This record gives sequence, structure tokens and C-alpha cells, in this order.
Amino acid sequence: MIELAGIDREFEVGEQTVHALQGVDLEVAAGEYLSIMGPSGSGKSTLLNVIGLLDRPSRGHYLLDDVDVTALDSAGRAEVRRDKVGFVFQFFHLVPRLTAADNVALPLVLAGIAPAERRERVAVALESLGLAERADHRPDQLSGGQRQRVAIARATIMGPRLLLADEPTGNLDRHSGAEVLDLIEALHADGLTLLVVTHDPEIGRRASRRIRVVDGWVEEHAG
Amino acid sequence: MTATDRFRFAWDALRGFRMRTALMLLAMAIGVASVVLLTGLGEAARRYVIGEFSSLGTDLLVVLPGRSETVGGPPPLLGITPRDLTLDDALALLRDPAVARVAPIVIGSVPVTTPGRERESMVVGTTADFAPIRRIEVVRGQFLPVGDPRRARPVCVIGQTIERELFGGAQAVGDTLRLGDRRCRVVGVLASSGRSLDLQLDELILVPVATAQALFDAPSLFRILVQARDRTALERARDAILATVRARHDGKDDVTVITQDAMLATFDRILGTLTLAVGGIGAISLAVAGILIMNVMLVAVSQRTAEIGLLKALGAPPSQILGLFLAESGLLALGGALLGLGVGLVVATLLGQFYPALDFAAPAWAPPAALLLALGMGLLFGALPARHAAHLDPVAALARR
Repeated sequence: MIELAGIDREFEVGEQTVHALQGVDLEVAAGEYLSIMGPSGSGKSTLLNVIGLLDRPSRGHYLLDDVDVTALDSAGRAEVRRDKVGFVFQFFHLVPRLTAADNVALPLVLAGIAPAERRERVAVALESLGLAERADHRPDQLSGGQRQRVAIARATIMGPRLLLADEPTGNLDRHSGAEVLDLIEALHADGLTLLVVTHDPEIGRRASRRIRVVDGWVEEHAG
Repeated sequence: MTATDRFRFAWDALRGFRMRTALMLLAMAIGVASVVLLTGLGEAARRYVIGEFSSLGTDLLVVLPGRSETVGGPPPLLGITPRDLTLDDALALLRDPAVARVAPIVIGSVPVTTPGRERESMVVGTTADFAPIRRIEVVRGQFLPVGDPRRARPVCVIGQTIERELFGGAQAVGDTLRLGDRRCRVVGVLASSGRSLDLQLDELILVPVATAQALFDAPSLFRILVQARDRTALERARDAILATVRARHDGKDDVTVITQDAMLATFDRILGTLTLAVGGIGAISLAVAGILIMNVMLVAVSQRTAEIGLLKALGAPPSQILGLFLAESGLLALGGALLGLGVGLVVATLLGQFYPALDFAAPAWAPPAALLLALGMGLLFGALPARHAAHLDPVAALARR
């Protein structure tokens, strides 16, 4: 599903060039569960952003479903993100003025889906995540775990095949973190390809395949 | 994304930042209200002046002694100074068929007294035809008597202020007053009328022209008002006046004839330009409001950077982000403009209550023009922040919280 070949990502920071990713080759098959670990600043988030088409590699090629997406312009990348990728962030990134239901509906709104169908799909998604009673609550009326569940509902409402989670439990207590993780893994069990960035070894170990990013280099973690 | 959804999203965003929205609406409203009010003011001034002139009659010609242009040449030895206009000149004008009425005018200022009271007043000597020419009426008694204008009758018609001040509320008609050293009987009181351009009717005393000539001891006329048969006869009347005066003044063209029409057209033009100018001042305040919208939208974009990053992550292309922010500034401009129109109309109505003489209604083109301008300003100045938002780097934007 994902094929990265010779991916470099460089940033100019002042006079210096920082190599966030160096010669990354990585293949991920559909339905895999990957954890990406590494010390902070190692480039694991950059790797996730490149895979999620939020960031463009400086060099190298990226095939997503056998299509070279490195050449796409920003509108083209946006379309791929919309249709194929779901994001879950450490800080949830819910729009504070919108209700839980409206937050979940946001990708459908951006995609131009009719209101009637939106309502139906949002209701189903909230129901399946146990948030039906919270539909009309704003983010500041929800607990951290509930917020992240709303974010997961939003990430999956478009039916993507790839779910990218960047420290999804980093801002949650142990209990809700475990809940959220169970939820994400349940989605994986339903066939979603799952990539989780974390610095928590305990979480990293739950993945069927583990990679480490150190100073921009990627290494497979055996066992 | 459908248009309805775009505007709903923008609407929610505006409701989410009430203070900011209220301030921008206020700025836009002030801009639009000032366009409406300033053009309304300009229009009111124009209509007022046009009204004043029209009340004099557009079929009116004014004959002044002397040529309006100066002529070079050797210094005058004798008889070059223009001849005075006389009462006979005025009466001679009546012979032409293009001329309907003639009112000779003598004007001066004398002390006016009744027993125990005195004041200085303008005295105008004229004939009975002055009333229909100037469209003035009497509230009590009669106007100056019709008859031979050469007879100096001791009668007068007075304005209401004169009546109040010299007769103190008592019945003036039939009573007498003294003009300088002459007695005259009050035969009528003028209707109050603020709308007569060069004369304050309420403070005026009208006497027969021959009486005024005797009073001021001067045979010459200040000017002659001539009413043409109708508006189409203006040119013929003008030619006839010049020809008559030339024949009577030894072949010299020594009068100036002004038509009301020409003055009217000039004032109309000047005041129309004035309205545009003050409207322009209003438009500047709209531009200021537009710049304010730009600044506040830029702040909004940086406040909502994380939200923009999220929208991008969810698959919004740059054009969609652009559309969202343009919709926001467009809604702001439109809302502010409608508010401003309302405020402008209310204030204009209130002003109209306080100054009934002026009609503050803005010209018909001003409200839609202000609305369009406001919308244009909102979109124009909203474009820069919207473009800025559209081209934010999603990773950097998401990193901001």
C-alpha cells in the first residue's frame, strides 16, 4: 500500500540544514499495524507527515496504492488526504465552536456530501464510538478520552484505508489512553492500515510491526 | 463543499468570535452610514438651493443696471457711466408680448417706528405684480394695491416679525407706522415663508415703488424682475428686454439680464459635484473599514492557524480555505453594510425631524453603491488574509495550538 523509496526531508533552520529524514525506504502492506518509535526530534513525526501527505519529501518517491503522490500539487494532495487518510492527533484538534457531531461531520462537509447523508453517517459513527449522547456537546464539555474518540470518529468518517495516529494517547490519562488504543486497534481489526507514532515502548510493543527512527534513519525492529 | 455549507461554516466562525465580529460590523456600518448620510446631506443642500430658486420661478428674468463685462478703452469723458434703470424703463418692458409681468424693485433700509417702538428694517418698493412673480401671499389684509405705479400711496405690507415687534401682537392691518419721516398705513401682513432666497420675508416691509423712490429720494431702480409668458418665451423675453432698453438708452446695451434657468443649472451642477465629493469622503471611511477588516482577518488567520491546519489535514484544498475566509469577510462586509444602511436611514429621518426644511434622503444611487462598495472592500481586503490562510503549511499550522 505504502512504498517509500529514498525519501529525504531537509529543513533550513537558520543557516543550518537539518536532515529530518535520510534515505528512508519503507514498504507497508494494506492491513498492517505499525508502530513508529524513537526519541523526540528523531523525525518520526516527519515520517508520519510525509506518509499522510501533509509534508513533501525533499527527495525520493512515495507510491500510495501504486500512484506516485510526490508529484501532486497541494490541491491534489488534499484530495488524497480527504479520501484515503485519517489523522488522529495528540492534541485532538477539534474545532472548539462546533459540537461533537459538527466536528465529526467536518470532512463530509468539506467533501460536499449532502446534509441528510451527513447526519446519518455521523449518527452511526457517534453511536459506534459510544458518543451518541454527546453529539450536541462542544469539545470543552467533553473529557479528554471523549474528545479523542470524537477525533477518531472524524478521522474515519470518510472511510479511509489508512489511519495515522501521532501520539494518540500522549495527552490522556492511562485509563482513557487504553480505551482509545483499544478503539484504534479495533478499527485495525476491521481492516484499516494503522500507523502509530509513540515514544511509549509499552504502546509500541502492541503493534505487529515496529520501526525505530533515529536521526532521520529508519530501522526495522526485529521481534 | 457546497455554498450553503461554506456560509454556515463562516457564520459559525463569526459567531465564535463575537467581539471581533462586533467591532468589524461597527467599522463597516460607520463607513456605509457615513456614505448614506453625507450623500444625503449633499442632496439635501442641492434640493434646498434648487427649491429656493424654483420658488422664485423658473420663468423669471432679472434685469440689473450696468453691463456685466468690463470694456477697455480711453477713460470716460462724459455719459459713459451706465444709465440708471427707471420706472419708465420697467413699464416699457410690459409692451412686449413675451413679457407677462414686471416688478420694479427699489430697496433700502430705514428706521421704522410705531408709538413707543422702533427698529431698522429693509424696505422694498415694488408693485402689485411682485406677489405673483415671487409667489408670496398675505395672511391678513391685502397686498399692495393695483394701480398706477407712479403714484406714491402711503400704504405698506409688512412681514410677521415686523408685525410682532412693532405692534406687539395687536392688530396691525389698518394701523399706521412711520417709515423714516413718512407715515403709512399697514394694508396687509405677509405669509411666513422661510423659503425665499435673497429676502427674509418676515423682516421685510413692502411699499409701492413710487413711495420708496420718494422715501430714499432716488429715481433709479435696484433691479427689475420680469416674468416671461412661459418658460419657452424666456429667450424672446430676454431679447425684447435688451432691445427695449437699448432703444430707450440711446442705443447702449447698459443692462444685464440673468435668467433663473442659467443660475439654476449652474447651482445644480456645483451641488451635484459637491454631493459626489462628500460621498467620496464617505467612501474613504469605507476603505478604512476595509483595511480594518484586513487587519482583523489577518489576526483571525493567525489565531486559527491550528484550525486551518486541521482543515487541510482533513482534505480541504487551498481554494476551499480561500473560499471560507472570503465568505467570512464577505458576510462581515454585508452585515456591516446592512447595519450601516439602517443606521444611516434612521439618523437621516431623525435629522429630518429636527430640520424639516431639509430633506436628508440620500440619492437613490447611494445605498446600493455603498452596499456594493462595502462588499467590494470586504472581499478585496479579505483576499490577502484568505490567501495567507490558504497557503499555510499544514504541518507548521497543526503544530500551533
